[in-house]
Amino acid sequence: MTELHHLTVTAAHAALAAGDLTAVALTEACLARINATEPLIRAFLHLTPETALDAARAADERRRQGRSLGPLDGIPIAIKDVICTNGIPTTAGSRILAGFRPPYNATVIERLLAAGAVLIGKLNCDEFAMGSSTENSAYQITTNPWDRTRVPGGSSGGSAAAVAAGQVPATLGTDTGGSIRQPAALCGISGLKPTYGRVSRYGLIAYGSSLDQIGPMAWTVADLALLMNVIAGHDPRDGTSAPIAPPDYTTALTGDIRGLRIGIPREYFVEGMEPGVEAATRTAIEVLRELGATLVEVSLPHTRYALPTYYIIAPAEASANLARFDGVRYGFRAEGETMWEQIEQTRGQGFGPEVRRRIMLGTYALSAGYYDAYYRRAQQVRTLIKRDFEHVFAEVDVLATPTSPTVAFPIGQKINDPLAMYLSDVCTLPINLAGVPALVVPCGFSEGLPVGLQLIGRPFDEATLLRVGDAYQRATEWHTYRPDLPA
Amino acid sequence: MAISEAEVRHVARLARLALSDEEIAVMQAQLSAILDYIAMLQEVDVSNVPPTAQVTGLTTVWRPDVVGEMLTQEQALANAPDQQDGMFRVRAVFDE
Repeated sequence: MTELHHLTVTAAHAALAAGDLTAVALTEACLARINATEPLIRAFLHLTPETALDAARAADERRRQGRSLGPLDGIPIAIKDVICTNGIPTTAGSRILAGFRPPYNATVIERLLAAGAVLIGKLNCDEFAMGSSTENSAYQITTNPWDRTRVPGGSSGGSAAAVAAGQVPATLGTDTGGSIRQPAALCGISGLKPTYGRVSRYGLIAYGSSLDQIGPMAWTVADLALLMNVIAGHDPRDGTSAPIAPPDYTTALTGDIRGLRIGIPREYFVEGMEPGVEAATRTAIEVLRELGATLVEVSLPHTRYALPTYYIIAPAEASANLARFDGVRYGFRAEGETMWEQIEQTRGQGFGPEVRRRIMLGTYALSAGYYDAYYRRAQQVRTLIKRDFEHVFAEVDVLATPTSPTVAFPIGQKINDPLAMYLSDVCTLPINLAGVPALVVPCGFSEGLPVGLQLIGRPFDEATLLRVGDAYQRATEWHTYRPDLPA
Repeated sequence: MAISEAEVRHVARLARLALSDEEIAVMQAQLSAILDYIAMLQEVDVSNVPPTAQVTGLTTVWRPDVVGEMLTQEQALANAPDQQDGMFRVRAVFDE
């Protein structure tokens, strides 16, 4: 058998079901791997080994009694630290939430626990999920397991690095402008941003409320389908949750994509894209054609406006969402002579530079005299971007594009140039503005670093995306490569 | 489009962010660069285009008007930096 820490969810479940493996042994293997690799990777902000082993023992007991809860029963999973976990520290990578222990679980956590998943810890991320490198965490720099001098991407960098390093077979991330997909691509794993409204946001610390989605990250598309079966679905506690029943995503994995129409939007092969990234992406698209899909060149003419549109709408929403952090009810509180001084000092010291920048940008865009020129105009351009997708999906079933214009970049390279960092998400931002789902699968290497293929689908049609991604993984081996770590 | 130092200070006050003089200067340069980039939206023809605030198509979602589970006072106060008599404690809102 493969080393335990390299198992996929699907393989681990098969071994558990066959009695070849116990959840306790699997959890112990993950904890040992975390101990060995964390000095290099630094993916975790908090570990819960005791409760994880208790949960693993309970899963083994259920299985012995023939009462297994399904494919995730006994599978170790770790969670991006913007998702609330009852009694377990949740910081969003921010100093302003230091010491915060939520008094409740996010809906996705309740669903994972009810499915028997073993929660093993909380993962590093850019502060409040704002960033593309995880360098904006107030706590630590997470490294890319393929090259520890480089970033893992972000904002779900801890979630991607933990899977790539073999610390845990699956994680949850969140994606507001690419924060699941870009780190998945940069770390050589698979990740899904579901349709807006498909997965409950209850208990997710809000960044851009009209854009945020929680999604799964793992080695294979088959694993993502298992996680989606548990986390997707309507939640009355989230007013934006769609009252549309999700299908059984594993039944979508037929391996057959013959006759599917796949659009290649020319605007996504942007200027400045690394030649190795473009080559790997085009080769992957060719594989889809060989599998029987029809390729169609299409155009999404407003693509170039997605980035400026995003950097008005997301900061505007963030400036409102982050108004709640005032040092009154939870988290860090600074000293100050008066109530207002205390609040201003708490926020000035508690938020890091990128979060302060986005709060400022959003406050400016919403302030008197600028609202029409910035916020309202951005919302109108958002309509045009959304219409681009509606038009193109009348013609094709799926779009195939690059995920990030570059492979993982060196730590420190872009941290002092916000605009250069923002450009890292140029291929992923439009998807959040339109609210559609997108999947990333590993599709090769450029200069020894992973490249990811992005597949974009119709609203609530994650099933077709997973079918294409799974068919691709049946035909290729990129998802089976593992980084060489000294541990 | 450049943003002035006075505007940066005004926005920082609106956002209730204490920034040092040095942070104000950095913020002014960075926001100006970002606003310059964002200005490209002015070239888009948006006449007769309705704004999109959210993409769900859902409007005014209600839940049944029945009492559900909620946090206890103790749970709600558990993370408070300061509390007194079952309430969050802050510095005086009004001068004496």
